[in-house]
Amino acid sequence: MATAAIDNNKNLWGGGVEPMKASYGKLMMWFFLLSDALSFSGLLITYGMIRYSHNAYEGLVDKFVFSDTYWPVPEKVFTHIPFTHTPFPLVFVGIMTFILIMSSVTMVLAVEAGHRNDKNDVQKWMLWTILGGMCFLGCQAWEWTIFITGSETGRVLFDGSIFHGANLRANEYGPVPFADLFFFITGFHGTHVTSGVIINIIVFYNTAIGTYEKVGHYEMVEKVGLYWHFVDLVWVFVFTFFYLV
Amino acid sequence: MSHAHHDSTPSLHVHPKDMAKIRKIWVTAGILAFVTGIEFLCAFTMHRGAFLTSIFVLLTFVKTFYIVGEFMHLKYEVKILIWSIALPVMFIIWLITALLMEGGYIFVERAAIFN
Repeated sequence: MATAAIDNNKNLWGGGVEPMKASYGKLMMWFFLLSDALSFSGLLITYGMIRYSHNAYEGLVDKFVFSDTYWPVPEKVFTHIPFTHTPFPLVFVGIMTFILIMSSVTMVLAVEAGHRNDKNDVQKWMLWTILGGMCFLGCQAWEWTIFITGSETGRVLFDGSIFHGANLRANEYGPVPFADLFFFITGFHGTHVTSGVIINIIVFYNTAIGTYEKVGHYEMVEKVGLYWHFVDLVWVFVFTFFYLV
Repeated sequence: MSHAHHDSTPSLHVHPKDMAKIRKIWVTAGILAFVTGIEFLCAFTMHRGAFLTSIFVLLTFVKTFYIVGEFMHLKYEVKILIWSIALPVMFIIWLITALLMEGGYIFVERAAIFN
């Protein structure tokens, strides 16, 4: 043991040293997240590019009506919250943002509990995180339903037919790519949240049956924590560039 | 370094809660909620335009800093790890510039063809 340690000091390439002071698994998670950040950037930048290649709405926000001759003002599209017919622009998305940020907080608390080897606390906070993730997914399903169903008035398309809501070929809100990008970007993010929830459930299960106690540390909680925060971070960007700008 | 590890024993030693650390987590969460609140306020009180957009972008970066720095703990990692993650983001900045210009060009060309 002792000679091996000395050899390692002589030759850094011999293995057994951590130049980044992080384990292999954690580093790989970081670099995976970096590549995932590039994927999401690709999608969001595509949104920017397509939006720039369309007419912007120049008039007053109050006078805004849906048309495919200009890009819609997002706060005029996302106005519904469940159980009411009064328009509340962006409030539902705001609630979703709040839910996701809160689940990120409970995730850090789970990681903190993991550092202290506190099995009960890890379980408690993992459960809250899973619950938050599921609430978010539920809200997103609702949001998609509202978007796909559309308004009662709808919009007259170029061929004279009235169209309600949205699909990949037509939508009442604006140019066709607007709905396409909505489905792709929020869908890709929702897929990430779904896999995050599944991974969180697996980690919760492993915590409950004492796997990490046997391993001797709770680093896996930290690794899925990184993934979960990343998903939260992506939502922060989707929120800004899809709903606010 | 050769003292016995507790690999075989089923239960680990549970450390007491670090209240300072936990408080910091909640403070960070408060900041994130506050910044989101400001974004909401701006969305409904200010005129749309380049100025408002730049406020949104700036506040998004503030939130990014707190999420990546505090929640993902990157601020406290070694420098080489911080830079390995932060530097490749340059490519994203390049892509934003390139494709937004391209989008503007497509707009102008389309207008020239159809008008």
